[in-house]
Amino acid sequence: MTEQLVPNSPAEVEAIAGRSIDVPELLAWDSRLRRTVTVYIPLALFVIVLLFPFYWMTITAFKPDYEMYDYKQYTPFWVHSPTLHNIEVLLYETNYPRWLTITMAIAVGSTFLSVTSSVLAAYAIERLRFKGAQHFGLAIYLAYLVPPSILFIPLATLIFQFGLFDNPIALILTYPTFLVPFCTWLLIGYFKSIPYELEECALIDGASRLQILRRITLPLAVPGLISAGIFAFTLSWNEFIYALAFIQSTDRKTVPVAILTELVTGDVYQWGALMAGSLLGSVPVALIYSFFVEYYVSSMTGAVKE
Amino acid sequence: MDATVDVGIRHLGFTRKPDGWVTRLFDNKAFLVFLCLLPSMGLLLVFLTYPLGLGIWLSMTDTTIGQPGQFIGLDNFIDLMDDPVFWMSVTNTIFYTTVATVGKFALGLWLALLLNHHIPFKAFIRAIVLLPWIVPTVLSAIAWWWIYSPQFSIVSYVIVDVLHLRSTYINFLGSPWPARWSLIVANIWRGIPFVAITLLAGLQTISPSLYEAALLDGASGWQKFRRITVPLLMPILAVALTLSVLFTFSDFQLVYAITRGGPFNTTHLMATLAFQRAIPGAQLGEGAAIAVSMIPFLIAATLVCFFGVGRRKWQQGEAND
Repeated sequence: MTEQLVPNSPAEVEAIAGRSIDVPELLAWDSRLRRTVTVYIPLALFVIVLLFPFYWMTITAFKPDYEMYDYKQYTPFWVHSPTLHNIEVLLYETNYPRWLTITMAIAVGSTFLSVTSSVLAAYAIERLRFKGAQHFGLAIYLAYLVPPSILFIPLATLIFQFGLFDNPIALILTYPTFLVPFCTWLLIGYFKSIPYELEECALIDGASRLQILRRITLPLAVPGLISAGIFAFTLSWNEFIYALAFIQSTDRKTVPVAILTELVTGDVYQWGALMAGSLLGSVPVALIYSFFVEYYVSSMTGAVKE
Repeated sequence: MDATVDVGIRHLGFTRKPDGWVTRLFDNKAFLVFLCLLPSMGLLLVFLTYPLGLGIWLSMTDTTIGQPGQFIGLDNFIDLMDDPVFWMSVTNTIFYTTVATVGKFALGLWLALLLNHHIPFKAFIRAIVLLPWIVPTVLSAIAWWWIYSPQFSIVSYVIVDVLHLRSTYINFLGSPWPARWSLIVANIWRGIPFVAITLLAGLQTISPSLYEAALLDGASGWQKFRRITVPLLMPILAVALTLSVLFTFSDFQLVYAITRGGPFNTTHLMATLAFQRAIPGAQLGEGAAIAVSMIPFLIAATLVCFFGVGRRKWQQGEAND
């Protein structure tokens, strides 16, 4: 035993303990530390920052008023005595359940309308192979680039002329202006991935075009349909400017508009009820999202790649 | 292949029926194309193309709510030229778009690079990272509004009472510049997931063998990023950038929910100013003029993003889709 064995680095400790000193081991240790600093810590910070507003929203929704406004006595980062009071106020003293059902009906209606017309349009553009199909494709893509904020004023006058002002049907009819371009573009991508030979075989076997669409193409495009459907639903649930401009009566508003215009009264904000409303309003899309994460990711990236 | 399809088709029960006129009509391609394009084209023509034209017409009239207007030429635009609130909204919009886009893409690219590593629970982390993008903007904006509260801001609490860096709570939304920065932070927060997930998809299409080859050639991490990652990410970056700039420029929800253009009309974007003048202010013509003045900016931004950033692709002679 000589002083040679006095360890002066972690690798040597391991060596003395019976493992051999080798350079890869040292590198692995070094790179693990490096990885923690360059990957895990920034990633953790990102996750914390991205999730914090939701955490803050959630705990505020369950805080009683005396806790919410007193940071000295109660740590603001935690709920000491959780209460359902805010949610009760929302459900029993406001029109919240009504707003939820209206929003749901509008989202389902516009999603159905958009997905149906997008399937037909995408099928025609991608599969019927007519002259000028690409021009229609391009026109639909350009339509996606027109933002609602330059359309809502003329649309409001149009809606008024149609006698649909203050009527949820106006929203079901106008949401497709941004849903149809998105869904069509997404579905064109999906139809492209289905081999054309399948359709040719069906044609030879005497199927009509509509039979082919219904029995061959659509069943194979189900993932695309789900993507388009959940996306359209989320986008219509989130829509704000049309709902704000076209709907006036309290009991016909959608959740995002109603929270901002009906729950904010005067100068005193009901933060508890506001947070509870935002939380409940996010739950439906968050639920759908949790079931279909992969579809969201693939449709989001698919639409950009096309 | 043919045999299985054939069996499959028979199994589905296609039989050759005598052709009725309906069947023949539906096998007529021109008719079928017309029928398939009718619903989408109808919706888009009535609710998108026509309003676009109508908006330009409205911007040249003095229409108010409940009163059809007269054609007044470019008077609305001439009035806007002398309107300091309008010019402030223009500079605000440009500033907001530029800073928020740079922030989103810098942080989004960083997050995408982090997520491209082999990490445990990758799918789960990717899923929760997307949440800010899924949750309705107005609802998360209300959470930000609460975070920016002058008396009960959690950020102020941490800075003042936990870290003792300041002695007074920050008045985030009470004066112009802090309010603008607060809006930009909220917009960046909401935009990071979209950028990160689309760029991550782009990163995953880059073949690892390119990095291995670069490693053999002795390239440093920065060189690999600069010479392999960035060029191969350009096509998807161009599209994501175009969409992001377009939607940030025409943003409405976030500003309307957090500041409503205040304090004293200093944080208005063009979209919120157009809304304020047109709907609560009832001046549809003037609002339409503000909305129409966004169009040249939008076209310019789209062209710059798409051709400026995506340039490499068509310079190399590839198809320009």
